[in-house]
Amino acid sequence: MSSTAKSFQETLAARHRKGWWFEWLCLGSTLFGIAVLVVLLSGIVWQAFGWLDWQFLSSYDSRFPEKAGILAALWGSVWLILLTALISIPIGVGAALYLEEYAKANWLTRIIQVNLSNLAGVPSIVYGILGLTAFVRMFGLIRVPPAIVVISLGFTTVEIPLPGLPFDRTVMSGALTLSLLILPVVIVASQEALRAIPSSLRDASYALGATEWQTIRHQVLPAALPGILTGVILALSRAIGETAPLVMIGALTYLAFTPGGIEGPGDILADPQSLVRAPFDSFTALPLQIFNWVSRPEPAYQHVAAAGILVLLVLLLTMNATAIFIRHRFRSRTRW
Amino acid sequence: MSTSEAIVKPSAVATSPTFARRFSISRAKEQLIRLSLLCCALISILTTVGIIFVLITESIFAIPPAKAFFQEVSVREFFTETRWTPQFAEQHFGVLPLLTATFLITGIAALFGLPIGLASAVYLSEYASPRVRGFIKPILEVLAGIPTVVYGYFALVFVTPWLLRPIFRDFLGFDVSIFNAASAGIVVGIMIIPMVSSLSEDALRAVPRGLREAGYALGSTKLDVSTKVVVPAAFSGIIASYLLAISRAIGETMIVVIAAGQSPNLTLNPFRSVETMTTFIVNVSLGDTPAGTTVYKSLYAVALTLFCITLMMNILSQWVLSRFREVYE
Amino acid sequence: MLTTFSELVEQKQPETATNRETSAKPPATKIETKDLSFFYGANQALFDVTMAIPEKSVTAFIGPSGCGKSTFLRTINRMNDIIDGAHLTGQVLIAKEDIYAANVDVVELRKRVGMVFQKSTPFPKSIFDNIAYGPKIAGMRKKSMLAEIVERSLKRAALWDEVKDRLQDSALALSGGQQQRLCIARALATDPEILLMDEPASALDPVSTARIEDLVFELKQEYTIVIVTHNMQQAARISDRSAFFLQGRLIEVGPTKQIFTNPNEKQTEDYITGRFG
Repeated sequence: MSSTAKSFQETLAARHRKGWWFEWLCLGSTLFGIAVLVVLLSGIVWQAFGWLDWQFLSSYDSRFPEKAGILAALWGSVWLILLTALISIPIGVGAALYLEEYAKANWLTRIIQVNLSNLAGVPSIVYGILGLTAFVRMFGLIRVPPAIVVISLGFTTVEIPLPGLPFDRTVMSGALTLSLLILPVVIVASQEALRAIPSSLRDASYALGATEWQTIRHQVLPAALPGILTGVILALSRAIGETAPLVMIGALTYLAFTPGGIEGPGDILADPQSLVRAPFDSFTALPLQIFNWVSRPEPAYQHVAAAGILVLLVLLLTMNATAIFIRHRFRSRTRW
Repeated sequence: MSTSEAIVKPSAVATSPTFARRFSISRAKEQLIRLSLLCCALISILTTVGIIFVLITESIFAIPPAKAFFQEVSVREFFTETRWTPQFAEQHFGVLPLLTATFLITGIAALFGLPIGLASAVYLSEYASPRVRGFIKPILEVLAGIPTVVYGYFALVFVTPWLLRPIFRDFLGFDVSIFNAASAGIVVGIMIIPMVSSLSEDALRAVPRGLREAGYALGSTKLDVSTKVVVPAAFSGIIASYLLAISRAIGETMIVVIAAGQSPNLTLNPFRSVETMTTFIVNVSLGDTPAGTTVYKSLYAVALTLFCITLMMNILSQWVLSRFREVYE
Repeated sequence: MLTTFSELVEQKQPETATNRETSAKPPATKIETKDLSFFYGANQALFDVTMAIPEKSVTAFIGPSGCGKSTFLRTINRMNDIIDGAHLTGQVLIAKEDIYAANVDVVELRKRVGMVFQKSTPFPKSIFDNIAYGPKIAGMRKKSMLAEIVERSLKRAALWDEVKDRLQDSALALSGGQQQRLCIARALATDPEILLMDEPASALDPVSTARIEDLVFELKQEYTIVIVTHNMQQAARISDRSAFFLQGRLIEVGPTKQIFTNPNEKQTEDYITGRFG
């Protein structure tokens, strides 16, 4: 009896030691991620030091590392994200609304739902191939030359340039591809936000004789908006860093102009039509430009790439911070 | 009071005494909205159909007179030939070197990322205080949000020259090339850590507290409860997260394009340059391969292979989740 | 136990007396169900319920929880339509019209059959916007008209004096009892003929409950009120007729006084005397 008690005491001590080691192993693994992040960020800052300056932000790419800049890529990314948001938000939120508010639990709903989780797992490069074939080349089937529509308003005439088909390697092709890519994420995030709205709110609205759309428009959507916005911004911040699909689309990586020639608000005022031209212009984007610099053999371009990465990361962190801000601000305000 | 009564009452009378549906613009609008929202939802189906259609028309069947890839190269050659030399005069289309490279890098990534991801999930779910978790989770989220092109840069500019070469070349005497599978694999492993950690943590936290308490009541230490009660109870969720992470590693493109090189070697040596399926796809699209050539079509055949593998992993992951899910009330 | 309840009913004798005067001519039937059965998927929740509810009266549904009284209530404005896999057989008639007929517009129906829920459900908007919601979605745009409706509805729900100075404040800032009266006012704003109440006072303190009960008594002058309650004293206090449900079946329906003092069915008596439930 006493000997088993003693051996129990001994093994207990050993068990506690093992437990201590295990806890440190797990903590170490967790800290590893943080350590990598610190090394990565400080390494990039170190490499970019002295290279990220106003000249870098305001110049186009160049054969000389010292003169290389990110202007075209920055504007390309801005246009890309703008268009992607315009395309993916209505479709994604619409799909989520259908699935959560209208759809009955039938085979079609199940197929859509299963399909969504499978789409979320498709490698981004496959979306690139889809974009290349469907938007850039349009299967080689459709060919419409660009045209200009002239609308006469009596006192003046407005010329609207219509893009030709296929879209070719334009911002539009890129935005459509990225939209398809992030659509599953937008839909699932919006669905979660909608599901968090208590059904009592819908019941109360229906009981007052509201139609389905009135209930959605006046009650459900406003209540779910913060959650939806958070999800959408996170999805867009994923889109802004996507490289592979844009490489597939074959977006040019050496460009000495911005989409539509817009380099600032002044250009839009001077030539409003450039807003219509920009989506159908060639483009490059931040991750593409970075990839391009990384692939160059001259060592100096690694510093240029690091500077580009810093710009991209700042943009990303701004978007993430916005999402977190929205989440916190509205979480505390609404109670049911 | 009475006047307002008088104002409203007529309208009540004016409404038809029946509940019958009457045609109105707003009813039509209601249906139109419903229909357009359904269309939005159907776009996701259309995307899948589009992907499959695009991949298959160039690789398996083609609209005549065009010929698909597998009508020019036999399936047998594709899967058994050990050389992948589409750009050479003597063309060989054996996908094995690409497959091997993909799985070599995925293997390294899994060896590296899966245990660390799980251990960090165990820490966050079983050991960390809410304050510590509140601090660490956002950091892991940032790590998860870093674009892969940045990870690729990290592998090429930091991991190979500052980690791999000092240890394995200068110290152990291996021949470590600038582009190698090891650095890409390690960094892909780092990339999947947040994913494994967060998905596994969800699974661990879903294990009811009663089960843990039962473990402690039997005199278990925290180690015993974590490894013998909680992890086994969340096993299906952990496996599902592993499968998703592996699928992600297989489809990863930019890290391997930048860091693993572009030579289709059939090798398991992690310090040599290799070409994965994704790298090949990118290389074809970067070059000016004209559409319609066998090389161009091989891109679709490789992409179809990649798509099938990742799809299988995803389906397997969902199956594991639904088949082995422990149901707790 | 039985005597307590008869005493309760005695207490409100003067009220029932006035009621009897007004109902000198037999009251018309407002709501009628015929062989109504209701299913949640494969589970049957209601079995062949046949009942007539007279207009401008208060009818209370009583019974143990899960007996189907709420389900029955929700068939009257077709709130159960929202639930996946739910269906029913039999008929529900309002003013002799089958509300489950193919050509019925559910929206029109719900506008004329108001509902108040167990948990108060103010929209996260201002008090004014809560009340004005129903008329607004029905297409009323005129500001002055809306203001009038809001005032009238709040007065009817006996909430006007408490909130008239802060109509633009959030409805969520009101107390529980005020929120519930707000919900009643909101239901009245669409000018319904019938008011369905699903345990409207179950989450409230005694004082707020008393106010809601007074309100119900006021409102029956103009509306047909159907109220679900698990509180038998409440049923005895405010209703003219009571219906007792058990396991999805309507056991007995009749004047409240008779149900509480001299029920025909053994099961009703057992429930009322507290032998189960």
